[in-house]
Amino acid sequence: MGLPAVCSVHAAASIHRGETKSMDQKKQIKAFVLENYLFTDDESALADGDSLIRDGIVDSTGMLELIGHLEETYAIKVENAEMIPANFDSIDSIAAFVARKSPA
Amino acid sequence: MTKLDWSVLDIDYEQEADRIARRLREVTARELHKRGLVVAISGGIDSSSSVALAVRALGPERVFALILPERDSSDDSAVRANLLAGHLGIRVETVDIAPALAAIGCYAARDEAVRRALPEYGDGWRFKIVIEGGIEGRINRFRLVAVSPDGDQVERPLGLAEYLQIVAATNFKQRIRKNLEYFHADRLNYAVVGTPNRLEYDQGFFVKNGDGSADVKPIAHLYKTQVYGMARHLGLPERVCAAVPTTDTYSLEQGQDEFYFALPYRSMDLALWALNHEVAASELARVLDISDAQAEAVYEDIRTKRRTTRYLHRAPILVGEVNELDAHA
Repeated sequence: MGLPAVCSVHAAASIHRGETKSMDQKKQIKAFVLENYLFTDDESALADGDSLIRDGIVDSTGMLELIGHLEETYAIKVENAEMIPANFDSIDSIAAFVARKSPA
Repeated sequence: MTKLDWSVLDIDYEQEADRIARRLREVTARELHKRGLVVAISGGIDSSSSVALAVRALGPERVFALILPERDSSDDSAVRANLLAGHLGIRVETVDIAPALAAIGCYAARDEAVRRALPEYGDGWRFKIVIEGGIEGRINRFRLVAVSPDGDQVERPLGLAEYLQIVAATNFKQRIRKNLEYFHADRLNYAVVGTPNRLEYDQGFFVKNGDGSADVKPIAHLYKTQVYGMARHLGLPERVCAAVPTTDTYSLEQGQDEFYFALPYRSMDLALWALNHEVAASELARVLDISDAQAEAVYEDIRTKRRTTRYLHRAPILVGEVNELDAHA
């Protein structure tokens, strides 16, 4: 067990609430990908910019599972036109997509 | 830049038929040590060409054909298959696999998943699954297309869990068929012929331990266009040569290109050839009269399917080495 992250509390207080929310979402999304696609909680196993498709972490069925999870968890609807790999190919791009789609 | 046109798929069919027949003879005798070949025939172009090549290799008396219809097979498939068996003068046995599929729960599991997407689905309805997104470069999504007993067509989005269960249930069909093929192969001391064409083989359009299972696959290197050419060259009955490719797996007739491939098979053949020969996407776009972006998306779809279906081709993965068997490969 690590110590409570005191520093991040100060940091969080100084930034906009929306950014905090999207930071939390990004962490959640990364945890989901790590746990379900790599069976680990080791954050160093995946960089936020790594390509999930090119690196063979998520295949096409895995991508649909991921999109289903995002729709359910964040109450968003991924439209057909948004079903492009670029939106879901890394933790960064997924988090940005979810933040764009989420109600402010 | 390599110039692309349809003639790249032209081959010398007589020479190719001879080469395949010679190799089938060698493989059956010297590698598999079997007395003949079992081929399940559907009336479609791939199994028809394969069984004809098996006959060319070993003669009609050493080829045993099976016709294995179930509830959703079109009646015309069995008619064409019987016509072909008669034409080739081979032994043929028809086994209705519907009772086995019902007993194992294939239809019940499938219908339960369909009803989750379409509650009114029931007796007298027909359905198929279509994919969308391949040519637009999008992640493939699935839709259920169903026709009611009154003839009304409805479409519903199909969730992943429902899609996976429908596919898992219908895969029983290919796996039960393979059981029967190996029953007859074991009984006769024959080998089993798998009948994928190059497009299906390359893109993983088969069921692991179902139609993907076989001892030899004589046309896996031929593009589908070439398989049609081979059927004509071998003089197979016109009704067989003119067969339209369908999955013959769902109750509503389903083109393979609706279900799996981004484009109709002739265009897919050309796209696959072009990708294999490093032809620029813009050149493929010119010949197929599609946009450059669409051609690039088709290339990407081919690469994605190769990656996604790689495991279907693989033997079980071992964690430690067992090298002693290599000497007997």
